[in-house]
Amino acid sequence: MIGLEHVLVVGALLFSIGLYTALSRKNAVGVLMGIEIMLNSVNLNLIGFSRFVESPNPIDGQVFAVFVITIAAAEAAVALALAVSVYRLRQTIDVDKLNLLKW
Amino acid sequence: MDDLAVVIAFYVLAGITLLSALMVSIVRDLIHAVLFLILSFIGVAGLYITLSADFVAVAQVLIYAGAISVLMLFAILLTPRSARDNSRVSYAAPISAIAGLLGAVIIFVGLNTEWAEVDREIDGSTARAIGNALLDPYVLPFEIASVLLAIAMIGAIILVRPNDEEGDL
Repeated sequence: MIGLEHVLVVGALLFSIGLYTALSRKNAVGVLMGIEIMLNSVNLNLIGFSRFVESPNPIDGQVFAVFVITIAAAEAAVALALAVSVYRLRQTIDVDKLNLLKW
Repeated sequence: MDDLAVVIAFYVLAGITLLSALMVSIVRDLIHAVLFLILSFIGVAGLYITLSADFVAVAQVLIYAGAISVLMLFAILLTPRSARDNSRVSYAAPISAIAGLLGAVIIFVGLNTEWAEVDREIDGSTARAIGNALLDPYVLPFEIASVLLAIAMIGAIILVRPNDEEGDL
């Protein structure tokens, strides 16, 4: 029988993989992939809580997951547009070289 | 649903999801990384189905595996071959230590908290309940989300517009 703990462990592992990917990449699109993995793990936890935790409105977790998916789509569109336009200006999307605002 | 089948499906899907998410950070070519990312998204959608969240699983396949991955492929293909290297990382050792520690803490907290657990058998589709929730208690966030999507779309179009067309909009 699958319990809440199984979902939480999978979500935590997925979150740490996403965190590692997002922080360690030098390529901006790679960073974005890490963020998407992290959002996925959060959604997985929300669905797990919606399925297994006592609540007066059990569907709320799934509604929240739908909103997270919506925001992720908007975020991906803007971030990839930024990556393309940064590439056009600087001929690189290496996040370590984009240090114009660094003091 | 048959209990044992659900358990086996959960473990297989969790394995596929975690392995392909790991491969995203291992493979050297960014295009391969996106393909593994799609596999990971589909694995997560399968996990949603084992948790009886059919509508969210369909939305996941449509939006993540369909739209966002294609968007990423477009962004990679619009930048030349030299920018497709996924292998360069910075501070790999300390970051993996931090990520592993954070994951361990989350697992520890998750396993040691007394959740008010019930096993809720959801029968039938959740689409009707989600639709009712979106249009009754959550109608304001729903409308704000649609406005936000429109803003993001217009912003993305303006960001990638070529510079020489700036005057004649």
